[in-house]
Amino acid sequence: MKMTRYREGEPGDFVFTAADQARARVLVARYPEGRQASAVLALLDLAQRQSGGWLPREAIEYVANFLEMAPIRVHEVASFYSMFNLKPVGRHLIQVCRTTPCWLRGAAELTDSCCEKLGVGLGETSEDGEFTLIEVECLGACANAPMVQIGDDYYEDLTPERLRQILDDLKAGKEVPGGSRIGRQSSMAEGGMTTLKDLPAPAPADPSGAPAGAPAGAPAAPGEGA
Amino acid sequence: MPKLTIDGKEIEVPGGVTVLQACELAGIEIPHFCYHERLSVAGNCRMCLVEMERAPKPIASCAMPAGEGMVIRTDTPAVKKARQGVMEFLLINHPLDCPICDQGGECDLQDQAMAYGVGHSRYEENKRAVKEKYMGPLIKTIMTRCIHCTRCVRFATEIAGVEELGLVGRGEHAEITALEKAIDSELSGNLIDVCPVGALTSKPYAFAARPWELVKTYSVDALDAVGSNIRVDTRGREVMRVLPRLHEDINEEWISDKTRYACDGLARQRLDRPYLRENGKLRPASWEEAFRAIAARLDGLDGGKIAALAGDLCDAESILALKDLMAGLGAANLDCRQDGAKLEAGARAGYLFNTTIAGIERADAVLLVGTNPRREAALVNARLRKRFLMGGFRVGLIGQPCDLSYPVDYLGAGPETLKDIAEGKGAFAEVLKGAERPMIVLGMAALARPDGAAILHLTCKLVEDFGLVSDGWNGFNVLHTAAARVAGLDLGFVPGAGGRDLAGILDGVHHGDIEVVYLLGADEIDMAGLGPNADEGAFVIYQGHHGDVGAHRADVILPGAAYTEKNGTYVNTEGRVQLGRLAAFPPGEAREDWTILRALSEVVGERLPYDNLGQLRQRLIEVNPVFAAIDQVEAAPRGGFGAFGAAGTLDPAPFAVAVENFYMTDPISRASETMAKCTEAFVLGQSGEATGTGG
Repeated sequence: MKMTRYREGEPGDFVFTAADQARARVLVARYPEGRQASAVLALLDLAQRQSGGWLPREAIEYVANFLEMAPIRVHEVASFYSMFNLKPVGRHLIQVCRTTPCWLRGAAELTDSCCEKLGVGLGETSEDGEFTLIEVECLGACANAPMVQIGDDYYEDLTPERLRQILDDLKAGKEVPGGSRIGRQSSMAEGGMTTLKDLPAPAPADPSGAPAGAPAGAPAAPGEGA
Repeated sequence: MPKLTIDGKEIEVPGGVTVLQACELAGIEIPHFCYHERLSVAGNCRMCLVEMERAPKPIASCAMPAGEGMVIRTDTPAVKKARQGVMEFLLINHPLDCPICDQGGECDLQDQAMAYGVGHSRYEENKRAVKEKYMGPLIKTIMTRCIHCTRCVRFATEIAGVEELGLVGRGEHAEITALEKAIDSELSGNLIDVCPVGALTSKPYAFAARPWELVKTYSVDALDAVGSNIRVDTRGREVMRVLPRLHEDINEEWISDKTRYACDGLARQRLDRPYLRENGKLRPASWEEAFRAIAARLDGLDGGKIAALAGDLCDAESILALKDLMAGLGAANLDCRQDGAKLEAGARAGYLFNTTIAGIERADAVLLVGTNPRREAALVNARLRKRFLMGGFRVGLIGQPCDLSYPVDYLGAGPETLKDIAEGKGAFAEVLKGAERPMIVLGMAALARPDGAAILHLTCKLVEDFGLVSDGWNGFNVLHTAAARVAGLDLGFVPGAGGRDLAGILDGVHHGDIEVVYLLGADEIDMAGLGPNADEGAFVIYQGHHGDVGAHRADVILPGAAYTEKNGTYVNTEGRVQLGRLAAFPPGEAREDWTILRALSEVVGERLPYDNLGQLRQRLIEVNPVFAAIDQVEAAPRGGFGAFGAAGTLDPAPFAVAVENFYMTDPISRASETMAKCTEAFVLGQSGEATGTGG
C-alpha cells in the first residue's frame, strides 16, 4: 500500500542572513505593491540554499512571515514543487533522469551503480552525509542522455564509470564542471555537425558581448539548407 | 443578458453567470463536486463537463462564463462518457467504504456515482491511503476518502476567514491538511457540510446514526440572537444533530459551531421532574406538590413583593404567559435583561438590528461599539466579512481589541472614543460622514453597564448627526446576544409602573422587600444576589430545562422544555419573528413552558385566559402586532432617534467583553461535552499550554 507522508524535520530557528535579507528585498521589490506574495518561489529558493538544500518548517514559516502570507499557503507552494526538499538532503543532491530517452540510453544502470557506490537506496542519504540520490522525471537534456543533475549542474553523456568518477571527485572536494562528458557542444550531434554545414562559419565570439552562436548575417531563411 | 441554447432549448440568463448556472436555470442538473455557489470557482473535479458547439473537447461548465449564442449539450453520448470517465478516476483512490462511512446516505459522491458512474471499476492496483489529520474536537477526518475538490480550503479561506487549511503536495500525493492544528473558527462545522464526500465528518456524531433513521424537523436556533434556521434531526427522543437550513437573509446556509454542536447538552443535566427544597435539600416532588408549595408561598403576598426574570432562551409564548400571570398577581417587578442592558421596551427601532443582516451587504462603513460579533453572533460576523470581501468597506472598532477575520481600524477601548467620534474628531468620523450607507453596531458590552443609557443616548445623537438614518436606510443597530431578548422587549417584559428592574430586584431581595422571585430559565444573573436560601433571601421558583445555577438556588423547580422541545416563537436581533418547532418531547415529566404557567395560574387563582397555543398566539398578536408577521422584517419608522437612552455622564472605563467564551453561553452549551472540549482546545488553549494534538 502506498503511503504519502508529509515533511519531517527538526525544530530550530530560521532567519535570513543579512546578505539574503538584502537579496530578498530586491526580489520582493520586483513585484507591484500588494503583490509581494509573487516572490514566494524566489524566497523559498533562497531559504533552501541557506538551510543546506532543504526547507525546514521554520524556514517555510519564516518566508510566510516575510511575505505576510498565511503559513499554509507557503506550505502549499513548497510541497507542490519537487525542487523544494522538505526533508534533509546530503551536501550533493543527485537527481537521475529516468524518463524514456535517458532510460533507453542507460539511466537504470546509472541509478544502480550509484546505489551500489554510495550504499544507499533511492531517496536515501549516504552515511557520510555527502550524497542524496533520487530519481526524477525529464530534466530536458534528452539529446545528451543519459544525464543526472547534481546540485545546480547537469552532467551529460554519462556512463556508470563516468558518474562514479564525478562522485569521487565531488567527494574529494574537487570542482567538477558540468556539461557533456564527451566534450560535445551543447546538444550537437555526437559525431559533429550533420546539417547546416554550408552556412558560413560563425563569427568568432565578440568580446564586447554580442551573443555567440548567433549568425552574423541575416538569419537563415527557411528552406535554405534543403 | 446572454441568450444560449441548452439541449435545444433557448434560454436567456443574467449576465455573468456560468454555463453550469445557466443549465440549472434551464432546469438541467449538472453533476459537480468542487463547484459551490457560495465559494470561488476552482474547476478541478471535472465532473461538470458538458459539450459546447465548436469546442474541440468537453468544457468544465462551472468555470465557463455563459456567452451569447453558445450551444450547449448535456445529454450526448460524449458527455455521458466524459462523466463516467471522471467518476472512474475519482473512484480510483476512493476507498468505497460507504457501509462504515458517516456520509453514507447523504453523500454527493455516492449519489452521483449511482447516477453518472459506470457501476464497476477497471482499477485493480492498490489504492492510496492517506494519514488522518487532526482538525480539532469538532471535525473527524478520513482523508483517504478525499477527492481534492478543495471546497474546505476555499470555505476556510473565504467564508470563515481563517487561512489554516490547504492542499499540500500534488498529484497522487496531494493532501488536505491544517498542519495538525485545530481549525480555530466558530464556523468550522460548516466544513462538514461543504465536504461532498465523507472525508470531513462530525466528530461528536461519528457512528451515531444514519440519515434515513432520523426525523427531520425545521426549526430555529435559540443559542444566540441571530435566529439561524436549523434542521433538528432526532431519533426517538434524542436530538442527534443540528444542521443548517437555507435562509438567505439570516444565515445563508451556514450555522455556528455552537448552534451545530451544543445539542449534546440537551441530553445532560436535564430537569425531568419537579423538585421541592425541604430542609435545605431538593427532593423530587409531583407537579401538584410543587404548585401547592408555590400557591402557599404566594397566598396573600403583596404583588410588590413578587418579581420575575425571563432568561435568554425563552420563547415569546412563555414570556407572555409569565407576564400575564405576574399582572394577575399584581407584580410589576419584571425584567428580561439579565445582563442589565440599558435598553427600553417601546420604540422597536431603539433595540433592533435595523440594518438587517442581509442589509450589511449594502453598507459601506461600520462602527462596532462594545461588540465582538465573531463571538456574539458568528453569522453576523460572516456577513460583515462577506461585505468586506466585496471591497470598499471600512470597519471601525471601539472596545476590546479582537480578531474579526477582516481588518478593522481599532479606534479605542471605551466610551471616550465614541464621544470623540460623535463630536466629529478623528479620521473614522470622516469615514462615517463620507459613507453613503454607514452603520453603527452597539453591542451588549456597551449597553450592559451603569452608563449604558448615556452611551445609547450618545449613539442616537451620533446617528442623527451623521445621518445614519435616511430614507430606505437605517444604520442604527443593536446586536443582541440572547435569543429571547427582543421578544421580551417586544412584549414589554420590563418593569411596569413602579416596578423594579434587575438591579432593583436584587437590591429588594437584599433588603427584604422582594420575597418571591420567579426565574423563567434565568441562569445568567448573580444568584448570590437572591440570598443563600428562602429564609435569608428570596423564595426562588425556577422554571427551566437544565440543572444550572438557577436550579441550584431554587426552592421549587418546575421542569420546562428546551428550544428543540416546544413550539415557540423567537424574535431575532433584526426583529424577525420566527417559529421554532417541537422536534422531540421534553424528558420525563417536563412540559412545554407556557402550559406550566397556564397550569400554575389556575392553582394560584389567576387563571390565564388561553387554553391552547392558538389562543396564546392570538394574545401575542394582541399585545404586539409584530408577532402576526412571521419571518418578516418591517422597516423601523424613521426619525425619533434622539429619544432613546438618557443623557448622563460617561464612565471612561473601557468596554468589557460581552461573551468571554463563545462555546459556553447558556445552560445548554454549558452542559455540552463537545462545547467543553472546544473550550479546552480554543479558549483555554490560547492562554495556557493545554492545546492537545492527540486527536
